[in-house]
Amino acid sequence: MNAPATFLRRGLTHLEQLESESIHILREVVAEAERPVMLYSVGKDSAVMLHLARKAFFPAAAPFPLLHVDTTWKFRDMYALRDRAAREAGMELIVHRNPEAERLGINPFDHGSLHTDLWKTEGLRQALDLHGFDAAFGGARRDEDKSRAKERIFSFRSAQHRWDPKNQRPELWSLYNARKSRGETIRVFPLSNWTELDIWQYIHAEGIEIVPLYLAAPRPTVERDGMILMVDDDRFRLREGEVPALRSVRFRTLGCYPLTGAVESRATTLPQVISEMRLATTSERRNRAIDHDGAASMERKKQEGYF
Amino acid sequence: MDGPSCIPAQAGTQNPEVSAGLIEAPAFAGVQPPEKSLLRLLTCGSVDDGKSTLLGRLLYDSKMLLDDQLEALESDSRKSGTQGEGLDFALLVDGLSAEREQGITIDVAYRFFATEKRKFIVADTPGHEQYTRNMATGASTADLAIILIDARKGVLTQTRRHSHLVHLLGIRHVVLAVNKMDLADFSRERFEAIVADYRAFADEIGIGSFLAVPIAALAGDNIAARSPAMPWYRGPSLLEHLETVPVGAARPETGAFNMAVQWVNRPDSGFRGYAGRIAGGTVRPGDEIVILPSGRRSHVVRIVTMDGDLERAVEGQSVTLTLADEVDCSRGEVIASASAPPQIADALLANLVWMSHEPLAPGRSYWLKIGSSTVSASVSKVEHIVEVDSGRPAGARLLALNDIGRCELRLDRDVAATTYSRGRELGAFILIDKLGNGTVAAGMIDGFPRRPGLGRAAGESDRILWLSHVAPQERADVAARAQHKLQAMGRMSFILDEESLREGLSSDLAEGPERMDEHVRRVREVAGLMSRAGLHILVAADVPAAEAWPGRQIGPDDLEQEGESEWVI
Repeated sequence: MNAPATFLRRGLTHLEQLESESIHILREVVAEAERPVMLYSVGKDSAVMLHLARKAFFPAAAPFPLLHVDTTWKFRDMYALRDRAAREAGMELIVHRNPEAERLGINPFDHGSLHTDLWKTEGLRQALDLHGFDAAFGGARRDEDKSRAKERIFSFRSAQHRWDPKNQRPELWSLYNARKSRGETIRVFPLSNWTELDIWQYIHAEGIEIVPLYLAAPRPTVERDGMILMVDDDRFRLREGEVPALRSVRFRTLGCYPLTGAVESRATTLPQVISEMRLATTSERRNRAIDHDGAASMERKKQEGYF
Repeated sequence: MDGPSCIPAQAGTQNPEVSAGLIEAPAFAGVQPPEKSLLRLLTCGSVDDGKSTLLGRLLYDSKMLLDDQLEALESDSRKSGTQGEGLDFALLVDGLSAEREQGITIDVAYRFFATEKRKFIVADTPGHEQYTRNMATGASTADLAIILIDARKGVLTQTRRHSHLVHLLGIRHVVLAVNKMDLADFSRERFEAIVADYRAFADEIGIGSFLAVPIAALAGDNIAARSPAMPWYRGPSLLEHLETVPVGAARPETGAFNMAVQWVNRPDSGFRGYAGRIAGGTVRPGDEIVILPSGRRSHVVRIVTMDGDLERAVEGQSVTLTLADEVDCSRGEVIASASAPPQIADALLANLVWMSHEPLAPGRSYWLKIGSSTVSASVSKVEHIVEVDSGRPAGARLLALNDIGRCELRLDRDVAATTYSRGRELGAFILIDKLGNGTVAAGMIDGFPRRPGLGRAAGESDRILWLSHVAPQERADVAARAQHKLQAMGRMSFILDEESLREGLSSDLAEGPERMDEHVRRVREVAGLMSRAGLHILVAADVPAAEAWPGRQIGPDDLEQEGESEWVI
């Protein structure tokens, strides 16, 4: 017998099973939705989702575009990878920036939570309406926070893009009901059952390209309100007495750079990141300014249409 | 943090230096991720049995809780906890704010934890009666169910209801967790009395085997490690059992290959692939296949993936197949092994779990989704309601929210299907309301009715009449009445009753979990042989409905009709 070892194994590993289930979900949506789109935020979860989409439809290119709801405040490294990843996947990339936010010069320094509301929540609604997308893949995972834990894989939004957690459809076996009423759209979360550790292990096993910011390197940073922020360009407003210092840092999640906290780390390779992660004592969303508004804040934001 | 007294100190895995960052990351031991398996489980019980506490405890003991979550838990426990000074683990998993106010879980929440051996996905489902549909949802994907009982209260109506659903949804492994043992003085007698009580009920509804574990979830007794407070218990701790119970396909090597086609992949005129996830069995290039329901035959040429073509693919894998001939095959069809294809049916017998506030309207047209196929269907007959507290059939009426009913459905065209006990992928379906688009019912196929007048010949197996839905103490009587009716219509019949089967046919079988399987197999064989002799066989034995095939179920209602009956052939 010269069959590879995997052929002799009894069942699939947990990563193989997660991969296969996600591919099944991606294919169901493409078969049943009229105009699907994949929300691509350039983060690690998006990277995995894009990789799964390539696998699901191979040898064809994934039959839907990528949509980046841009805030103009992402890390420069993210913009670079975004354009390259879309090109390599042979997929169309749509970038949407809320013209209203652009006109008003909304930014994370002056406008607090309005920054997220206008650029991201409102921007996403605009983009979906503008292009008439009826199903949007998102990279959210159920292990991220308590309200996500109860969200379905196929999650319906009213014509006003609101989520009603009291009125979710039961989701049985792997039989997804993708039928929607006029004006309704679906958010689909193919990574629902993945955990942060699964994501990292899969990225490593599959050799998926990620933004270098996930690995530790010396970067110009300031410490502010208990968070380490990276000074990614000259728009960063230093407060009096603040001097950027080089620290060896990496990021566990990536968003708008003035709102995303870094962690000090010397993990310069994926195995080291995974190792650190397994010893980590805080959850990944801790480093995001948005989630600290109160225990039920994510749930409220989602009801309002935040992705 | 000051650990509350009820929580034993954790082994020192949470290194305070890590959050400060600057320690050297140790080399990742095995560079490849560890080969873990995946176990999906369901926790169910009554409102106050401590489900959420157990789940929070499992997360805590498998060290999945992080500092900020523990801080949040401490502050939440002070604010709205029910445990005084202690941590209220239930707050970890009661997600939505409305639920937090009411103090009950009202929806299905999925939680994740992992040990060195396994990743676990837990469906936390409500104990409140009106939310049966959520429990069915959680149960539909579970490999194992933990049924919680409060040691002070014992087996309750809710316990029976949940157990019946667990059995109906075909969950293979059942754990009876007798919780709050600390409040019952860790009493062995109390535990054993509850287990005996439950065993009697489990036997009655057809749960063949289960593991009973005495626990105290809040304090962690018998959760991760065996409890010194209960030295009389010699079984595994709950977590030990979860780590070692077998998962995956029951017979991955021998099951017949089948796969519902989700999507036809045609990037250019030179390639035509059929994409889907393998529902059962194994496929190799060269295998002869049949496309259902069309019946066209072909051979598998390639198993295409982005990682290269495969020499073999097994149940659970998502693949793209190419076929030898330019056959017509589209979404909704099933590619199956030509040697053992699934049934083709335009009528189904099924157990329906009704999930909508609007009751079932017999004759009304719904969408039925099975595999990747969506067809129009209507319920032609509600045979009976399953009384979930007892598992017994009750008089037929309309199905309302949270009712479970055995129904006959008519489809507007053929689909490929199997019984639920043979495979969830082609044995389960959902019904979708055509107006509101909501999922109104979950269905589990139990058999395929004969369609009179459609030219489908009645087979020998149609003479096998099972009495699985009749209460055991009434079976002898119903069987005798059925025999009388058959005799009156000039048919010969024979009653296979439980006593003679056990004391004769299966008397050599040793006690154990396999006993039931072998016993049922023998009953089927004998019934099959005798039906070929032209007899109607009335099986008045303890065979669960899901295992009762081929043939059809009859009950007291079938005896009410005057004259010719459908089941008399």
